[in-house]
Amino acid sequence: MSQSLKLYCDTGQLTLLRQFLEDFLMTTSMDELERHQVLLSVEEVTANLIIHSHACNSSEFIQVNANLEDDLLKIEIHDQGAGFNILDYEEPEIDQLITTKRKGGLGIMLVRKFMDKIEFETNGRKNTCRLFKLVNSK
Amino acid sequence: MLKIDIQIEQQMHLLILKGEIDASNSVDLDSAIQSIFAQDCSVILVDGRELDYISSAGLGVFMSYLDDFQEKGIQIFIFGLAPKVLQVFEILGLDKLISIRPNKEDAMALVG
Repeated sequence: MSQSLKLYCDTGQLTLLRQFLEDFLMTTSMDELERHQVLLSVEEVTANLIIHSHACNSSEFIQVNANLEDDLLKIEIHDQGAGFNILDYEEPEIDQLITTKRKGGLGIMLVRKFMDKIEFETNGRKNTCRLFKLVNSK
Repeated sequence: MLKIDIQIEQQMHLLILKGEIDASNSVDLDSAIQSIFAQDCSVILVDGRELDYISSAGLGVFMSYLDDFQEKGIQIFIFGLAPKVLQVFEILGLDKLISIRPNKEDAMALVG
C-alpha cells in the first residue's frame, strides 16, 4: 500500500503531515510508540527542509510518500532545491548544545535513533530522503 | 494546536502544556519560559499530562534554558508525560538533564 501527500513549505503544514502519517500508520501493525517514532522522524526531516532548504517559502513544496511492503515501511521525502544530506550531518554533543544555547541539532539525532535505515539521493535538482523501519522488528 | 497556561502556586510556577509542540509554535514555549524568568521564580513544574507531541524544536527550547536555570538556581521538573512522549526525552538522554516524574506529587517531593 502506498499514499502520498504534497506539503507547501510552511511550518503550519506540519499538522497536516502528522495527520497524514497517523492515518497511514494506523493501517499497519505498529504500536503507539513505534508510530510516534516514525511520525516524529518524518516531521524532523520535513521541518528541516521547510526551514533550512526552502526558507519557509510557501510557494515551494515537498512531497511525502508512505509505502508499506511486507514488513518494511518506507517513507520518501522529495524536494527540489539545495539538497540537505542527512547522512553527512555531524551530530553535536548534547553538552555542546546546552552551553551554546543552540536550539537545533536534536532532530537529526532522533531520526537516526528511531529509524532502521536512512538513504539520501540527489541528481542535483531533485532530492530524496528515504526513511525505513521494519514493522514488527522487535 | 498548542495551549500554554502558567499558574503560580506558592513559590512554584506551573507550566501547563496541552497539545502539540512543533517548529511552528515552539516560539510560544520560549515566550512562556521567558515570561516566567521575568518573575521571581525558584521552581518550574511542567505539567505534560496533555502534551501529545513534542518535536526537537520544543526540546531545543528546554535545552537552551538549562544553563540559565542552573545559573539562577531555578529547579525544573516535568511530570505526567505519556509514554510515547517520554521515549523521546529518554532516547536523547534528556531525562538525565531534567528530572521527569510520573505525577505531580512525585515531582513536588523533589522540590528542595
